[in-house]
Amino acid sequence: MAIRDRMSGNEAVAFAIKQVNPDVMPAFPITPSTEIPQLVSTYIANGDCDTEFIPVESEHSSMSATIGAEAAGARSLTATSSCGLALMWEELLLAASNRMPCVLALVNRTLSGPININCDHTDGMGARDTGWIQIYAENNQEAYDNFIQAYPIAEDERVQLPVMICQDGFITSHAVENIELLEDDKVSSFVGTYNPQEYLLKPGEPMAMGPYSVSNYAMEARKNQELALEASKEVIVEVAKKYKELTGRGFELFEEYRTEDADYVMVIIGSAAGTAKQAVDDMRAKGKKVGVIKLRVFRPFPAYELAHALKNCKAVAIMDRCESYNGNGGPLGSEIMAGLYRERIYIEAVNYIYGLAGRDFTVDHVYAIFDELEDAVVNGKKPEQFKYIGLRDAMTR
Amino acid sequence: MSKYNFKEAMNKPERLAPGHRMCAGCGATIAVRGVLRALHEGDRAVIGNATGCLEVSTYMYPYTAWEDSYIHNAFENAGATLSGVETAYKALKKRGRLPEEENFKFITFGGDGGTYDIGFQSLSGAMERGHDMVYVCYDNGAYMNTGIQRSSATPMFADTTTTPVGKQSNGKMQNRKDLASIIADHDVAYVAQTTLTQDFKDLYVKSEKAIYTEGAAFLNVLAPCPRGWRYETSDIMKICKLAMETCYWPLFEVDHGKWTLSYEPKKKLPIEDFLREQGRFKHLFKPGNEDLIEQFQAEVDRRWEDLQYKCAKG
Repeated sequence: MAIRDRMSGNEAVAFAIKQVNPDVMPAFPITPSTEIPQLVSTYIANGDCDTEFIPVESEHSSMSATIGAEAAGARSLTATSSCGLALMWEELLLAASNRMPCVLALVNRTLSGPININCDHTDGMGARDTGWIQIYAENNQEAYDNFIQAYPIAEDERVQLPVMICQDGFITSHAVENIELLEDDKVSSFVGTYNPQEYLLKPGEPMAMGPYSVSNYAMEARKNQELALEASKEVIVEVAKKYKELTGRGFELFEEYRTEDADYVMVIIGSAAGTAKQAVDDMRAKGKKVGVIKLRVFRPFPAYELAHALKNCKAVAIMDRCESYNGNGGPLGSEIMAGLYRERIYIEAVNYIYGLAGRDFTVDHVYAIFDELEDAVVNGKKPEQFKYIGLRDAMTR
Repeated sequence: MSKYNFKEAMNKPERLAPGHRMCAGCGATIAVRGVLRALHEGDRAVIGNATGCLEVSTYMYPYTAWEDSYIHNAFENAGATLSGVETAYKALKKRGRLPEEENFKFITFGGDGGTYDIGFQSLSGAMERGHDMVYVCYDNGAYMNTGIQRSSATPMFADTTTTPVGKQSNGKMQNRKDLASIIADHDVAYVAQTTLTQDFKDLYVKSEKAIYTEGAAFLNVLAPCPRGWRYETSDIMKICKLAMETCYWPLFEVDHGKWTLSYEPKKKLPIEDFLREQGRFKHLFKPGNEDLIEQFQAEVDRRWEDLQYKCAKG
C-alpha cells in the first residue's frame, strides 16, 4: 500500500533521499533548495538514515566533494539552486566527463542579476550543455518519483552519467500538496545497491582519474560521452516503464495532454504545465482543439520524438522560462524548431518567454497564446516568432 | 612513529614511478617522493592533486606515474575533492563495503597557486571540517605551470612574468602570505613547514606525523623550481639549505596547537646568501638597490622573531 501524505517538493525530495540512503551528501545552503540539506541533516541527526553529510564551504566544493566521493565508490549527491549551480559549472562538466553517476537535486531559481530568489529555469538551462541528464518535474509527486528513478538511470552501465532532478523553486519546492510515497523496502529494491566496476578505493586495484589528455585522445572521450547521453534515452524510458509498473504513475520523455486531435499545442516545462492543462480543459469545454506537451526530459533532448508528436497540429507555442540572450529565442524554442526542420515538419511555431524571476503565469496567458496561434493559422497573421508575455509594458522599452 | 633510518627510507619502493615528464631537478617530485616514503608498508593511499605541473606531467593519458589510486579534479578544489574521497571511505567502511584490513590514507598535493590562491577556500574548508587527510603544498613561489606568474607565495621583489622587473618596477611589491600559520590558526591536528634537507629526515618525520595523526594535517614544503628561480639545476639542495640557514624558510611544526622549531641555525646567514643564487633576484644586487635587500632582511627577521616567540610559548 502506498503511503499517502502531504509534502512540499523539498520535503518530497528529502524524503526520497532518506529512503535511498546514499553514501555521501556534500551540500551548501541556497534558497530555495536549502531545506533539502537541512531535512537530510535532521534525518541523519535522528538516525533515520546514515548518509555521511559534508557541510562544505561553497557549491563549487559541494560538487567537487560529490565527484571525489563518487569516484571513491560511494553513491553521492548534492542539492542546489541558481547561483549555486552557476558556481558549480566547471565541476558539472567534470562530473559528466569523468562519467560519475551522481545526482543533483536542483530547485530551479533565476540567476542574478538583479538578485531574485524566485523561479525560472535560467539555472538549469545554463547547465544544459554540461553533459548531465536533466529531468524536470511538474509538482511534488513528480519531483519525488523522478528522484527515485535517478540512480537507476545514472548507474546503468549504458549510461554512467550524472542526473539532475529539477523542480520549480517555491512553486513546487515550497507548496504543500498531496503525495503518494513508496514504502522504504520498495524504494530499496527499485534503486538497488551500487556496484561500481572501477573506483579509487577498490581493494587491490588502484586507479587514476582525471588525466591530462592530449589531442590524440581527448576527442574520443567526448564522443564516448555523447554516445552515453544518446543511450540514456532508452534507459530513461525503461526505468520510467518499470516505475509505472510499480506505482501506476509517470511519463517517459514527455507527457501529452489532450493532444490527439489538437490543432494547437503548447510545449512547456515544469510547474506551469499545470496552469496550461487547466487552460486547455477550459478551452476544450468551449470546443477549442488545444493540448499540452509537458517536457520531462530535457537532456538528452527528445528532438525526434517531439517533432513527431507535433506533426499533426497546425501551430505550436514553445514556452521558455528562460532567456538565452542570443537574440533569437529561448533554449527550448531553438531546439524544438531545429527538430521540426530536421524532420521536415513545417508548422507555425512561436517561442514565448514567460515567468522570468517568478513572474506569474496564469490561464489568461494561455488562452491569449492559443488565440494568437489560431489567429495566425486561420487569418494568416504572422505573429512575432519570439516574444515575451506578461511584461509590464510601461517599464519595457 | 618509526625511527628514521636514511638507508631504509631510501630503499622503499617508489610510489611515484620514474618516467613522468617533470623537469630535471624539479623540487616538486623530490618533495612528493619524500612524503610518500612515510607511508607504512601495506597501507594504501588515495592521492589527490590540484591542476599544475605535477598533475599534467605525471598522469598524461594513457600513462600514470602513480602507484596508488589518484584523482585530479580541477585547479581550485583539491581540498574539497579529497574531503569527498575521505568521507566516502568512512561511509564504505561504516557500511561494511570495504574489507576490515583495507587501510587507506588520503594525501593531496597542490602547488602554491592551487593552495595559497585559487584553492585557498577549498583548503580552508577541508581543514576546518577536520577530514582525516594531509594537504601537501609544494611551494615553489609562483604559478610555474603557466609560466612563472606571481602568486601570494611569491617573495617580495621576485621577478616573475606578471611582476616583471623594469624601469618602473623592482618585481613583486608585496610580501608572501604565511600560509602555514594561517592553517595552524584553523586549529587543525598537525601543521608543519619543511623543505629538502640532505638526510631527508625532516620531510620524512613530518610527513609520517601528518599522515598518521588523526584529523586534518597540512605540510608546506619549499620545493624550488630551477626554471622560475633561475639557478643551476644541480644546486637545488644548496638553495634549500640557504633558505633554512638564512631563516627565509624556517622549519617548524604545530602539533595540536603546540609550536615547535625544528631547526635553528647556529649562525643565521644574511638573506643575500639566499637571494644571490637566484636569477629572479638579480636586480637586487644592482648598485643603488641596497635598501631593497635591507627591506627583505627586515621582513625575514620580523617573521623569524615572531616564529621564535610562538615556539617559546609552546
